Amino acid sequence: MPTDARATEGSPALSRRALLTGTAGALGGAVLAGLPGVLDGQETAPARPIVPDDATKLQGAATSPLGERSPFVTASRAPYGETVGSSYTPLQDLTGVVTPSDLHFERHHAGIPALDPERHTLTIHGLVERPLTFSVDDLKRFPQTVRTYFIECSGNGRAAYREPKPEMTAQKVSGMLSTSEWTGVPLATLFREVGAKPEAKWFLAEGGDACLMTRSVPMAKAWDDAMVVWAQNGEPLRPAQGYPIRLLLPGWEGNINVKWLRRLELGAAPWMTRWETAKYTDPRPDHTADMFTFAQQAKSIITSPSQPGRIASQGWHAVHGLAWTGRGRITKVEVSVDGGRRWHEAELLGEVRPKAPVRFQHMWEWRGEAATLLSRATDETGEVQPTRTALIERRGIGTDYHFNQIVGWQVARDGAVTFHGET
Amino acid sequence: MRHRFSLLLLTSLTACRGGDGAASTADAGTRYGIGRPADAQLVARLDTDIDPSGTALPAGHGTAAEGAVLYAAQCAMCHGAEGLGMPPAFPRLLGRGPKAEDFNFASDHKLPKTIGNYWPYATTLFDYIRRAMPLTAPGSLTDDQVYALTAYLLAADGVIPKETTLDAAALAAVKMPYTDRFIWSAEAGGQDRD
Repeated sequence: MPTDARATEGSPALSRRALLTGTAGALGGAVLAGLPGVLDGQETAPARPIVPDDATKLQGAATSPLGERSPFVTASRAPYGETVGSSYTPLQDLTGVVTPSDLHFERHHAGIPALDPERHTLTIHGLVERPLTFSVDDLKRFPQTVRTYFIECSGNGRAAYREPKPEMTAQKVSGMLSTSEWTGVPLATLFREVGAKPEAKWFLAEGGDACLMTRSVPMAKAWDDAMVVWAQNGEPLRPAQGYPIRLLLPGWEGNINVKWLRRLELGAAPWMTRWETAKYTDPRPDHTADMFTFAQQAKSIITSPSQPGRIASQGWHAVHGLAWTGRGRITKVEVSVDGGRRWHEAELLGEVRPKAPVRFQHMWEWRGEAATLLSRATDETGEVQPTRTALIERRGIGTDYHFNQIVGWQVARDGAVTFHGET
Repeated sequence: MRHRFSLLLLTSLTACRGGDGAASTADAGTRYGIGRPADAQLVARLDTDIDPSGTALPAGHGTAAEGAVLYAAQCAMCHGAEGLGMPPAFPRLLGRGPKAEDFNFASDHKLPKTIGNYWPYATTLFDYIRRAMPLTAPGSLTDDQVYALTAYLLAADGVIPKETTLDAAALAAVKMPYTDRFIWSAEAGGQDRD
């Protein structure tokens, strides 16, 4: 038994043919992908999926109730967090802007609750004319809004800020950023329905998880662009993203987009919950801390090329990545291939939407030289991404959230790509 | 109904022409009559939050000595006998080492933030313990027990005398050492310091 897998690798054509003409033949490539592991329980090295030499010569796999990725696609979330209860989006494996829902990053403070959508309700009370309770179906009767927004944990980039290391991937550096098309009801609609009183200046959002996550939000955000959402990329929210409903505060730090939303209380002042005092506050070098730092700032990362990739051939390459800001639209992304001495304005692909990432690209002709690739975003407030040195100067190395320093990649002469964080 | 329909149509057209905020939908700005009146008992059961005014603090009381017994039984297995925690899973709670005084956190992320040297409001402690702790049975503590644990933790970090009995009035009156170090952002009506 121990030699089976190696024998398969050693004479692939024979083995594949034998497999495909045997009982496994009708099952299709996706199932066959698991076979080396089955044949050899000791095998741990990732085996290349087995597919026919010529896929045009036999019938393919049957249809199925749920789609699966190609066995050659191995993108997965990684539990890279410094704390428990987080997993990161594999930015280096994705293109476009939207994050597949099953690859959306996670950050939970008390695990993922199992909630029955027929029992779950949202209650709005406090400084309102009419305290009301809504079922999930009730919420879906209101006029809907569909918008594409990112959610980013405000701790995203912390490891690369404090201690950049060559082996860091885009996933580890910036993987607590994900983007979805969200469907829901504007919070303003709900607040009009309950009759928010003018003296209400803040509201408290509470989740239905085991820590009853609570955050205080200024009412202005409700009248601006806040939503209560139930769908993500055309289907109900994933449990890890707040099923059946979550609060969505576009552009604001992930934690305040309270998942499993069950209660909104309107009041005159913030509640000073643990998550807006002991956590999610930003120490500053002048012996103070900023609190209620909600909006994510202008930021970008090149996702291709990136570690652990290798540039296989000289010639033209599309250097591309994501740029985003919680303060409106990205207005410009620049790319440098020489460590920041010269900057080139990158092309922005597709529509630039507020509080949604845009993919940028810069065509680069690599001639085998050592290079340092960087990206630098500017948003409509005029903010330009700072270098790490400048951000440390401003906030201190020990600050805890909102890291938007310039990052990039070193390309060695042999094409090996490693993280470059000391900007 | 007819009136509402025309309003809806008008705002739909407006929304189609532009506007980025989620509020620019087909919403007519009127009530839809959806939802049911919130049951007062339900609201009372859900609404456990305590803001810094302390006006919502419940009846009951507890001492640091009572809290020490509870802490050893229900908290120490995760947060440690001395409140040092097991980071990152179980946060450190206590300690007033001199290096971490005077809010030096921006210069060194390894300086532990504790209840005594960081938390700006004592009411937060009561609110959080009652809603989220202990990990294996959140929400299981009585109000007296929460007062006792709050008293124990505040006394252990030197914020209140060890013999203090905490009740609603006493807790609302507790001043944390570093409350004035927290600066509200511009988004919250404060200042933009970037």
